[in-house]
Amino acid sequence: MDIPSVPVPGQVGAVIDRTPPQAARGTYLEVVHSWVVTVDHKKLGILYIVYALIFLVVAGIEAILIRIQLFVPHNTFVSAATFNRLFTMHGTTMVFLVGMPILFGFGNYLVPLMIGARDMAFPRLNAFSFWISAFAGILLYYSFIGGVGLAGTGSAPDVGWFAYAPLTERAFSPGHTIDYWAVSLLASGIGSIGTAINIIATVFCMRCKGMTLLRMPLLPWLYATVSFLVIVAVSPLTAAQAMLMIDRYLGGHFFDTQAGGSAILWAHFFWIFGHPEVYVLVLPAFAFANEIIPVFARKAIFGYAAMVAASVGIAFISLSVWAHHMFTIGMTSFGNAFFTLSTMLVSIPTGIKIFNWLATIWGGKIRFETPMLFSIAFLFQFLVAGLTGIMLSISAWNWQLHNSYFVVAHFHYVLVGAIVFMIFAALYYWYPKMTGRMLDERLGKWHFWLMVIGFHLTFDVMHIPGMLGMPRQIYTYEPDRGWTLLNQIVSVGGFIQGIAVLIFVYNLVHSYFRGETAGADPWDAWTLEWSIPSPPPAYNFAVDPEVASRRPLWDIKHPEDPDSAFE
Amino acid sequence: MTAAGALNSCAAWAASPSTSTFSTASTPAREVNDLSFFVLAISAAIFIGVSALLVYALFRYRARPGESMEPPQVFGSVQIELAWTIIPILIIVMLFLGTARVLFSVQDAPKPATALDVTVVGHQFWWEFRYPQFNVVTANELHVPLSSPAAPRPTFLKLTSADVMHSFWVPQLAGKTDLLPNRVNEMWIDPLRTGLYVGQCAQFCGMQHAKMLLRVYVDTPEQFQQWIAQQQKTQIEIPGVTQPAAFESKQNSTANQRPPAQLKPASLSSIVPDSITSRDGQLVFEKQACINCHTVAGTVANGRYGPDLTHLMSRDTLAAGAMPNTPENLKAWISDPTTFKPGSLMPAMRLTDRQNAQITAYLLTLK
Amino acid sequence: MSTIPLQQAGTETPWRMPSRGVVAMASLITAESAIFTIFVVAYLYYLGHDIVGPTPREVLELPIFGTVCLLSSSFFIWLAEHAIEHAKMKAFALWWSVTILLGLIFLADTGAEWYKLIVRDHLTIRTNLFGTTFYSLVGLHASHVILGLFMMLVTIAFALTGKLLPVHAERVKVLALYWHFVDAVWVVVFTVVYIIGR
Repeated sequence: MDIPSVPVPGQVGAVIDRTPPQAARGTYLEVVHSWVVTVDHKKLGILYIVYALIFLVVAGIEAILIRIQLFVPHNTFVSAATFNRLFTMHGTTMVFLVGMPILFGFGNYLVPLMIGARDMAFPRLNAFSFWISAFAGILLYYSFIGGVGLAGTGSAPDVGWFAYAPLTERAFSPGHTIDYWAVSLLASGIGSIGTAINIIATVFCMRCKGMTLLRMPLLPWLYATVSFLVIVAVSPLTAAQAMLMIDRYLGGHFFDTQAGGSAILWAHFFWIFGHPEVYVLVLPAFAFANEIIPVFARKAIFGYAAMVAASVGIAFISLSVWAHHMFTIGMTSFGNAFFTLSTMLVSIPTGIKIFNWLATIWGGKIRFETPMLFSIAFLFQFLVAGLTGIMLSISAWNWQLHNSYFVVAHFHYVLVGAIVFMIFAALYYWYPKMTGRMLDERLGKWHFWLMVIGFHLTFDVMHIPGMLGMPRQIYTYEPDRGWTLLNQIVSVGGFIQGIAVLIFVYNLVHSYFRGETAGADPWDAWTLEWSIPSPPPAYNFAVDPEVASRRPLWDIKHPEDPDSAFE
Repeated sequence: MTAAGALNSCAAWAASPSTSTFSTASTPAREVNDLSFFVLAISAAIFIGVSALLVYALFRYRARPGESMEPPQVFGSVQIELAWTIIPILIIVMLFLGTARVLFSVQDAPKPATALDVTVVGHQFWWEFRYPQFNVVTANELHVPLSSPAAPRPTFLKLTSADVMHSFWVPQLAGKTDLLPNRVNEMWIDPLRTGLYVGQCAQFCGMQHAKMLLRVYVDTPEQFQQWIAQQQKTQIEIPGVTQPAAFESKQNSTANQRPPAQLKPASLSSIVPDSITSRDGQLVFEKQACINCHTVAGTVANGRYGPDLTHLMSRDTLAAGAMPNTPENLKAWISDPTTFKPGSLMPAMRLTDRQNAQITAYLLTLK
Repeated sequence: MSTIPLQQAGTETPWRMPSRGVVAMASLITAESAIFTIFVVAYLYYLGHDIVGPTPREVLELPIFGTVCLLSSSFFIWLAEHAIEHAKMKAFALWWSVTILLGLIFLADTGAEWYKLIVRDHLTIRTNLFGTTFYSLVGLHASHVILGLFMMLVTIAFALTGKLLPVHAERVKVLALYWHFVDAVWVVVFTVVYIIGR
């Protein structure tokens, strides 16, 4: 775009980076304009990440309000109606406006850099996908002021993030709460599918010379897998939302139980999306771990092929486990047994991954910098999340645990303990690449330890009220149930996590202006993105790179012992 | 409620009555509990094993200052990969077999001829219980007989919903089963100890999902028969009663487990003035919209939308467990249900204070 | 600022990647297939669950003519693809137009069917489960036909004004892939709605 990257004749084998001198800063309007009209994958990636971080804070505030309300029984801090809106919006926000966008943001930023490409396969589709997702988020939050306005919290959705029929039908949800929910999820689904198609086309068609599929770093591999899952799993949600809208706007009867429609059908359709969605969110977290853990253990990833196979295996198995969310809905005993077994099978590839990470660390020289600290916490927490997942897959036990706080604790272990922790790790790891400056390590350590303490106070303890019979999605509880003290510990942990996130946000802003300059390769890493300046120029690579192994920079740094000799 | 309190051996910190899934009082819950300890033990072993390896590796292989050499690069090992694929498969086979045994034995348990049938209908935000064998309908407080090993009498519940999805969950008795419109699900319990067991709706069903509480009274067979006999009586047009009868005499099969009625007749007059008769109350009740939704068997009130009120005074709580059934609460509830349960589908009828008192007086006679 | 050299000397083997258009269209088709699957499942799930009539057996007639038109259009679009690959732009315009015409006939046939169902048989989307699932599934397919026709009309406009060149064969192929998919879906919809469902 700015300067054509012409290789210097006669100098094959040497790259001269022609980073242009800093252009004069534009006016604010020009800067904003350049971000709005951009089709650059790096800028769009950052837009996704910033958008998601803003909603992370919003959803965090909702979580804090929820925890204040549950601090004592029969609390009247918020009304029942408001509470229902809060947990619905918290869940919907975290999944659709934080999880998906931030993961797509990293995918956008990193996949082309890691495979040595100039941009995504379809830059304009990329911009379209981002802006339609952004529209979806803004529409969803407009619901707070739409309808009767802020005082009554407007028309914000209030039916839980899985919005079981027939509660969502006109008969039980008059007004526009469900309309906001359905339309914004439909829009964000279109954005997600667009980005997923883009990532698949990028990974399969844009790799640099020499980068065969089995020489790709694991991150693009996992993103391709995730994108496949998005395509086959988000589409059913899109279809189900279309059906819901046909019911609500055109008077259809898909989920209208009074006209013979079925509540179970919605549950099936939703979880056909909903369960793979968990893997859509967690596979990118694995992808970050696959990049970060080897660099800080100073060893190549153990069992690359097994890691690829396990990821693809998880994706396929995850398509056949959805009804484990429905063990209490009245399936036959055979159906319950089938979904018990299929769910347990997921633990095999997942176990392979954990063991491979362990083997990667084994024999290494581990550096405990903040990205690695978060990755280590991730390993422990994901192990526990996997084990509680096995407990929930035991269909008979699930009859007790289903829809209780045990489930809430389990999926927060996955979504916070694994995914959010790895998102933090990824931000510490790639922030220098994106901005050219390091995040502050001291603040990072504070962030990490407060986060770990808060997380375990909240989510370890949260398993117990579930086993003591506390259902999820209740705005208050009875004082005689023995849940009060437990809920107070959970809430306190939540507040501590809130403080940790505030420190992190401060670190992000502070380091952007005052952080130490990073240089091209601050972590002594091995993948292509570290071969170019931080932040990378608009054209990424001055000369199209060419690779001969999975760790091109290792080959260059260790010419006496190149990977390419072993692959 | 002291009897129920004694059950909390596992969850000692929990106040009575318990909702702990570990403090079981019925076969389905007990079998699940045994299974859960089996799974917990295996999970704990895995957790300890794997995290011990992790902790060891993190400590043993930490970078030491002054070392600049990279460690030896190892890329993988097929044998090791196979090992940690096969061992989890074996563990899964074990877990699955354990689960399948409990799953089939609970879910496909045959129904004995002695079983009691109860139909449970979920409503926003209360429970309707029907005893088709006895032609009894009640709400929110389920009475079932004890099922001793000597004389097993399990209760088989048919669950359905009148509106949206709900879920029936009394943790001490069994796992939960959802109630769906257009569909009948089944579950069973065989309570092995008498007493009160509590639970609540476990599937989000709307604004007052949190206050869709559930109470199950396990009676001795004799008490249960008495209770059924009482519930089978219809209310007749009662000739004018100037004062509701004394509450202490509230005769009930499980009276020994109930708290004493909290109201003394003296304070009652502040709620229902002496000049008001239950007869007037019945007239008001039957002329208002009350009877469109509520049934009082034997009278013109035969609505089906709200809870059956025929024996309202035999219940301990009002509005699906939202508050104790005292005359004071009853009158406040009639005056404006939203003070206790905003979002409740019972409208505030905007009656005069006198009319509310009259209706209260009438309802207080429905024993 | 210097960077690390990443060029390997003397590797001149050709490096070919698949066409991104084809890969993206294949992905889009996968996504669309998932959407159609959900609607087909809903249709089959609700077969015979209607509380009130009319039922499929009473009102549905086999749309043989439209089906023949739509399926044969796949053949003509293949001829058009072939023509543009060999730079025969006149032939391309001819076969492409025939494809569009057949698509339009199919759409008109569906329109006539809907008119009959709505006006004569009083079956609307609100009538019963059959109405809801039928109009949704067939309508979803018809909307894909309309989208395909729109894109093909844009293409023919370019072709007739001489803006479409043989170098664009790749893009035409991608669009044709979409049209083949729309035809293939009709085979499924036809089987489900008019054969199994009747």
